[in-house]
Amino acid sequence: MLWFSLLVLIPLVAVIITASSGGWSAFANQLQNEQTAAAIWLTIRAALVVTLINVVIGTVIAWVLVRDKFWGKGLLEVIIDIPFALPTIVAGLVLLSLYGAESPLGLHWANTSRSVYLALAFVTLPFVVRMVQPVLEELDADVEEAAASLGASRFTTFRRIILPSLTPAIAAGAALSFARGMGEYGSLVLLSGNLPFESEVASVRILSAIENDNPEGAAAIAAMLLMVSLLVIVVLDLLQRRMVRRG
Amino acid sequence: MSIEVSGVNKRYGDFVALEDINLTIPTGQLTALLGPSGGGKTTLLRVIAGLETPDTGTISIEGVEATALPVQKRNVGFVFQHYAAFKHLTVAKNVAFGLEIRKKPRAEIAAKVEELLELVHLSQFADRLPSQLSGGQRQRMALARALAIEPSVLLLDEPFGALDAKVRKELRDWLRRLHDEVHVTTVFVTHDQEEALEVADEIVVVNQGGIEQIGTPEQLYDEPANDFVMSFLGDVTTLGGSLIRPHDVEVTTSPLSEHSLEGTVSRVLRIGFEVRLTVLTDDGEVVTAELTRTHARALQLEEGANVFVTPSPGAYMMPAPSLAG
Repeated sequence: MLWFSLLVLIPLVAVIITASSGGWSAFANQLQNEQTAAAIWLTIRAALVVTLINVVIGTVIAWVLVRDKFWGKGLLEVIIDIPFALPTIVAGLVLLSLYGAESPLGLHWANTSRSVYLALAFVTLPFVVRMVQPVLEELDADVEEAAASLGASRFTTFRRIILPSLTPAIAAGAALSFARGMGEYGSLVLLSGNLPFESEVASVRILSAIENDNPEGAAAIAAMLLMVSLLVIVVLDLLQRRMVRRG
Repeated sequence: MSIEVSGVNKRYGDFVALEDINLTIPTGQLTALLGPSGGGKTTLLRVIAGLETPDTGTISIEGVEATALPVQKRNVGFVFQHYAAFKHLTVAKNVAFGLEIRKKPRAEIAAKVEELLELVHLSQFADRLPSQLSGGQRQRMALARALAIEPSVLLLDEPFGALDAKVRKELRDWLRRLHDEVHVTTVFVTHDQEEALEVADEIVVVNQGGIEQIGTPEQLYDEPANDFVMSFLGDVTTLGGSLIRPHDVEVTTSPLSEHSLEGTVSRVLRIGFEVRLTVLTDDGEVVTAELTRTHARALQLEEGANVFVTPSPGAYMMPAPSLAG
């Protein structure tokens, strides 16, 4: 327990210390840099939007995988895991060849902020699916039948019985998806072109801060990302507890 | 007549689950569907509830044609073997569920829930989660939840099947008393003949997708329609080529009548207050007899002893089916 605390906490504390080494005003200054602020804002926005999409689509995919039988289901199971298994830079390359300048799909999304959303959606897809799926498999059919015998429609049964059982898993999947989105680098760095004020994300900004010999700046951005991630995880947890209690 | 099932057939692929079932269940009674596993009794109960659709045939509940009605509209209370508790809701919320669906006023729901929890002796557990209850308590909660909607019929699928023997017996007595208080038409499925004989007003014996016999516990036990019913409702043995219950076999040291058969005791098995004897008659028939411990002691029965076996006067006997059949 102590070992894990040390393993996780020491690096986090180190980041906070470096970020605060210049005092509060230096920290605020770093973040007030317009280019930095734009990068952080884009990152948060993209991670939030993609997480929301994952919550809905991921739950639907998990539902289909558990409840429906169709040809090619096994294949779909494997495809869902590809973003997990693929090295992110490979994912970036795949995305570049699909949506880049010579896009076979005719979608030229390279060097736009859309590329950030796309890359995040790609790498975070499995999180919610893989968290919800086992919980859904564990649900007893007779619980749904009991609700139906008490007069609940299919929709009411889903909303009042199934969904509350799934919320902890959905919330956990969302937290993972959001955290991953906040720190994603490899999959978007090729396609996004890292244009300041357009498609540059926080992790790229951290790298350039380090390259420009500004470790305090890098630490400040990192601390900011850390705080936002923590905030979102706490909010998700509260939301999930509330949903469960309300029933 | 509360539930009318007519001409119901149900198949799963090649397996015939129900074959031409015609059954009338009277209002206000406690009826047991009794039979071996896989015999179709649960399928029949689920067809009545609307959880399964029959291939052919009709169901009417309280005079209302229900065949086309979905389970939500049939107003049946259903209790499952494994409780089917809503795990994330408190006991009170579980019981209130059906009433909330029906959009009853809050005060009315609260009053009804309190009354039902009182009825099933769970008042002090109202704010607990189902996971904090024992199996027996969970099943009582499920029963209160099913009763909350004031169902026209209450259907219970092996309600005590997942409980241990002692709790089972308690709940069985309790269900009988509850039924005497509430009087809702109740059908329960069981494979335990003792449970059916003890609790039910009427028993329907279901086997291999068909109904073997319908009757009161006394009728079924005393006048079984066929050898299946006779052997399913209690132990049977053969004596002089007839089926007979082991406790209807009299064991004596001298012949009682011209029907007495001579034999030797091949095995003495003591089970609690009773003694089970295996007697090998001189004709080569193996007869089982049950005696009380004191009776067996008085006769000084032990293995190898010479005895006579006779059917008790008034014992029910039927010709044993040929072994080939």
